[in-house]
Amino acid sequence: MAEDSTADGTEDTAMAQRQTPDAAAGTTAEPGGTRLGQGPGRLLLWFYGVFTVAALSRSIVQISTKFSDAPLAYLLSLAAGVVYAVITVALWRGGEQARKVALVSCSAELLGVIAVGVLTLADSSAFPDQTVWSDFGVGYVFLPLILPVMGLLWLRRAGRPESGTPEGAAPRP
Amino acid sequence: MLDAVTLTVTVTALLLAAWCGLAAYRDEPTNDWHFIGMAVVTLAALVQLVVALVRLGHGDRPDHGVAVFVGYQIGAACTIPAAAFMSLAERSRWGSAIVAAGGVILAVLELRLHEIWGAGHG
Repeated sequence: MAEDSTADGTEDTAMAQRQTPDAAAGTTAEPGGTRLGQGPGRLLLWFYGVFTVAALSRSIVQISTKFSDAPLAYLLSLAAGVVYAVITVALWRGGEQARKVALVSCSAELLGVIAVGVLTLADSSAFPDQTVWSDFGVGYVFLPLILPVMGLLWLRRAGRPESGTPEGAAPRP
Repeated sequence: MLDAVTLTVTVTALLLAAWCGLAAYRDEPTNDWHFIGMAVVTLAALVQLVVALVRLGHGDRPDHGVAVFVGYQIGAACTIPAAAFMSLAERSRWGSAIVAAGGVILAVLELRLHEIWGAGHG
């Protein structure tokens, strides 16, 4: 994935070159990448890291001890954990490719939370055991619903070349 | 004993969260005093881990399984150190926010630990 040199890649480089010299100097290697896991992004990285550990360890315990009780719910927890892991790694690595991966994953996460939330309210028999995303993540103070929204907002802001830096973070030379 | 330690960790974690939350609100990074605070909370979590292991060694069993209980204990002991390292890397208000979030997360873990251990045997 990192070695990808498709049309996307060339487009990114072209976009980077269109930036002002100052901005381009800081982000030559990976356009927009250095900022992805910094500032507010680092707080997101922290939350996603915690949720990766929580969701993955929870689903591994459930799958290994009582898989037949609620296979769908446990597999869903596992899938959620994998999505969180992908976003964590993407935020940590930075770069335009990672930003796109994170955008797709955050969108999938948001859709998943909403779909599972509606399903659990409409037909609770589909999920006999709780998952991270049951009832819109109420067991996790709605963070599963809030995180992807924050993530998408941040990824959108970090993607903009100039205005992406948080207030007062980078005094322009 | 375990209940008392759990309560101590919860309260100190919430205090740390409030303190670092205030720093984040004031647009300050974490300072040396914050790190001393993190060390205190981590120490309390480690004491809790030892007490829990001693209780397990004496044959006491948590209501919801030993594996889950020990997993949560280890997670609780690692939460604040992990937040501390991330706030070292992030020298801005967001580093303080990370520790504040870590304190709240630890408090939630303590609540779960209390449930997993079971109210029956303090």
